[in-house]
Parts: sequence; structure tokens; C-alpha cells
Amino acid sequence: MDLIKKYSIFLIAVFIIILAFLWDKELGSNAIETVKFSTVEMLLVLPPVFILLGLLDVWVPRDTMVKYMGENSGFKGALLAFIIGSSAAGPLYVVFPIAAAFMKKDVRFYNILILIGAWSTTKIPMLLFEFSALGGQFMFTRLLMNIPIVIIMALVMDKAFKQNQVEAIYNLAKSN
Amino acid sequence: MQNIIFYSLSFLLLLISFLKDRSKTKKSLLKAWKSFENILPQMLGMIAFIGIIIAFLSPGVISSIIGNSSGWFGVVTASVIGSVTLIPAFVAFPMAAILLQNGAGYMQLSAFLSTLTMVGIITLPLEVKFFGKKFAALRNSLAFVFAFLVAFVIGKVVG
Repeated sequence: MDLIKKYSIFLIAVFIIILAFLWDKELGSNAIETVKFSTVEMLLVLPPVFILLGLLDVWVPRDTMVKYMGENSGFKGALLAFIIGSSAAGPLYVVFPIAAAFMKKDVRFYNILILIGAWSTTKIPMLLFEFSALGGQFMFTRLLMNIPIVIIMALVMDKAFKQNQVEAIYNLAKSN
Repeated sequence: MQNIIFYSLSFLLLLISFLKDRSKTKKSLLKAWKSFENILPQMLGMIAFIGIIIAFLSPGVISSIIGNSSGWFGVVTASVIGSVTLIPAFVAFPMAAILLQNGAGYMQLSAFLSTLTMVGIITLPLEVKFFGKKFAALRNSLAFVFAFLVAFVIGKVVG
């Protein structure tokens, strides 16, 4: 029963896909194709990410993470967050558990925001795709805009949350 | 390619970890499994809904809405489509190239790609689960607004 409740969103979606299939075979099989494709992608990307996070959790002491990316890590900490985010693989939702694992190790909030921002905009493999698909002018213009945007978004969000709100977010992230 | 790097890296580190301390390795794998299992239901649900949305939005449908002459209305539409869909980058960019050939505008494509990568309506429940409502709402709305700014500049520079 618990299992059904846990997977309720998925089951509803499967039900809709079955309806779509009955209504229009092509539409239904298109949806199934995409789901198959994305599921394979997810199952391919996630295992190493979670294995690395598990190892990080057990092996890297909190103090080490604090030293390099914590409250007093300054520009270097932010740069490190930017590099990790930009060299990553996988869609946006993969960064959420990673950011949560970093919060567990008391990485500074601003650096977490830079990590999420870089992950969503300046990922190097993504830039290569963009360059080949839409040209250098398009890619470089977007990149030149996106780097300051990542920083501005991180600054704005860092300011928008009071100390106790940030603590609440960290506690929530730790509970996952 | 990237997957190969990540798999080799995690396998290598796992091996080193195992040689150094078996119980710690077991503990880390257990933690990995637990956090994976924790978000799996939501991820699967999310993926299934994305499948439904994308099935309705063929390249033909998209480029008819976000064509070169669609102006700011097209930019808004493109941003909404980008916000509710979630397509892996190696599909999204070739797809963007196809859309461009089918008459989509640079400005609209920029809005589509920015929101596609930064705004996630479907991933919102997951984001809220990890970081709470205010965080998710603020991050997504800021990203949405900035997508327009980038689209505007792209329209001036490239379009």
C-alpha cells in the first residue's frame, strides 16, 4: 500500500499514457519512446553520482569541505563551486541531491547557489552542443550573459534568505 | 563519453575505498542506495509526465508557435514551453537546430533554451522537497526573468 502511495505520481502518468495510446496510437507510442529514453538516461547518469556522493559522505570530513567551500572560503570556494557545476553531467534535477550533500557538509549557501547556477547554464558539454547546433555567436553571447547572471542570481538569493531561513533549508536538505 | 568518465571515476574510488576500509565502503554504498531510492518515485513520475508533454509538442508544432515573426509573444510561449519540459542537452540542441531550420527565431530559441535548462516546473516538487518552497519559487522566477533578458540581447546580437 505504501509502495503504491509512493509511486502515485508515476502511476497516474502511466495511466494517462495508456489513455493517450488508446486514443491515438502514435501519440501514445511517442510518449512511451520519450519515457523509455529519459528513464535510460536517468538510470545511466544517476548511479555514479550517488556512489560518489556516498563516498563523499563517508570519506571526506566535514572540516575539509568547510575549509575549501565553507563560510570563509571566499572567492576560491565560489570558483570551485563554479568549476564543479560547469564540468558536470546530467540534467538539473541531478544537482539537487548533490547540493543537498554539500549542505550536509556545511558548504556556504552562496557557493551552493553558484553550483546550481553553473550546473544549469555553463556546463561545458552543453556549450559544445550549443556551439555545433546554433553557432558560435549564439553560444558565446549566451555564455557571456549567463556567467554574470549566475553570480547575480546567487547574490540576490543569498540576500533574500535570513540566517534562520538558510538554516531551515540546510536542515531540510539534510533530512533527505 | 562523460558517463564513461563518471563510471570509471566512481569505480576507481570505490575500489580504493574498498581496499582501505570495507565497512566504510559498505556504509557509503548503503547511503548511496538510500538516497537514490528516496528520490526514485518522484523522478519516475516526473519522467513519465515529461514523456506525455513532449509527445504533444512535435518540432512542427513548436516552430509554428515560436517562429521568427512571433516576436515577444513567441518569446513568452517559448519560455513557457521551456519551463514545463525537460529534455537532455544532447537532444535539446540538435532539436533547436531543427527548429531553427523550420523557421523558429533566435530570440525565441534562446528563451526556450534558457528556461529549458534553468526553470523546472516539473522538477518543482523535487526541488521543494530538498530546499523548500521559497527557495524553489525564487530560483525559478529569477531564472524565468533572466531568460527574457538574454533573449532580448540575443535578438539584438544574433537575430
